[in-house]
Amino acid sequence: MLTWIALVIVVVMLVAAVLVLTLRSFVAAVAATSVVGLALSVLYVLLQAPDVAMTEAAVGAGLSGVILALALRRLGLWQLDDGEGVGLKPHSGRAGPGGDADA
Amino acid sequence: MPMRNIASLVFSAGLLFLLLVIGAELALGHPDMRVGAEYLRIAGPELGAANIVTAILAGYRGFDTLGELSILFAAATAASLVLGHRRADARRDPPGGLVLTAGADLLFPLLLVVGIFIVVHGHLTPGGGFQGGVILAAAFFVALLANPARTLNHALLGWIEGLAGAAFILIGLWALVEDGHFLTPLLPLGTMGELVSAGTLPLLSVAIGLKVGAELAGLLAHLADTEAPDR
Repeated sequence: MLTWIALVIVVVMLVAAVLVLTLRSFVAAVAATSVVGLALSVLYVLLQAPDVAMTEAAVGAGLSGVILALALRRLGLWQLDDGEGVGLKPHSGRAGPGGDADA
Repeated sequence: MPMRNIASLVFSAGLLFLLLVIGAELALGHPDMRVGAEYLRIAGPELGAANIVTAILAGYRGFDTLGELSILFAAATAASLVLGHRRADARRDPPGGLVLTAGADLLFPLLLVVGIFIVVHGHLTPGGGFQGGVILAAAFFVALLANPARTLNHALLGWIEGLAGAAFILIGLWALVEDGHFLTPLLPLGTMGELVSAGTLPLLSVAIGLKVGAELAGLLAHLADTEAPDR
């Protein structure tokens, strides 16, 4: 049973990690990195390492996602697809929602 | 073949070789190092902390924890130096919508209590200064996210951070004077599992929590405060 749960989590992590590379939207990619961290923290709980799981959930899933999102905003790459940002207004930057990483 | 392909090929081959050697040499499942078993045996009676991870991090490896704190301090200071300047005429983000504002009002006290609980119970339950500190920072950042016009008092954060860091080192120096070893746990151990037990470990945990919390809250506030480009 535990093996199957771990397998599902690992598959979720792999899918999210591949999505980080392939997603066209930066915002969605940042969310996907957080999903990787969150799944990893669940895996740590299964491995009976609650301390590490707590750190991973707080830093890997929460803090790093927030810092990446703030960096996107600073660079003007914070673009929501429908153009209706809440709080953080989208800008008409040169890189569109599918802007490449070189922009 | 371009130079870059050759380089990546060589690199991949080297990595594969390394992994194969490690896989062949490692006696997986048969640890040669007995330090873990030794910690499990002596940490309970010696330090009186129910949470053995904090006992190792603050008790046996306190110097490493001090190193981690210094690295975090250097990183936060550098980030604040680079990002801490804001144009006077830069526009601020408007307040968040209803969902974000109401959610922040609900989350702030909850996160605050959870963070303080984790910091104070560092020697009893999973977690400790670092994890609790991050949660405390998150509590203040959520409030900031809901209303960007609000600002954190960076001078106060600096004072908290400095005093907490100084307290950590002072506890270490106190142990150096008293016992001859830097950061050796002092004070009576008490009963394992009670809030006031395990000597100086809870004090170190609180110092770590305050320092990490103030540092990360300041860092996030600085990051959020930088103006978005007006393009």
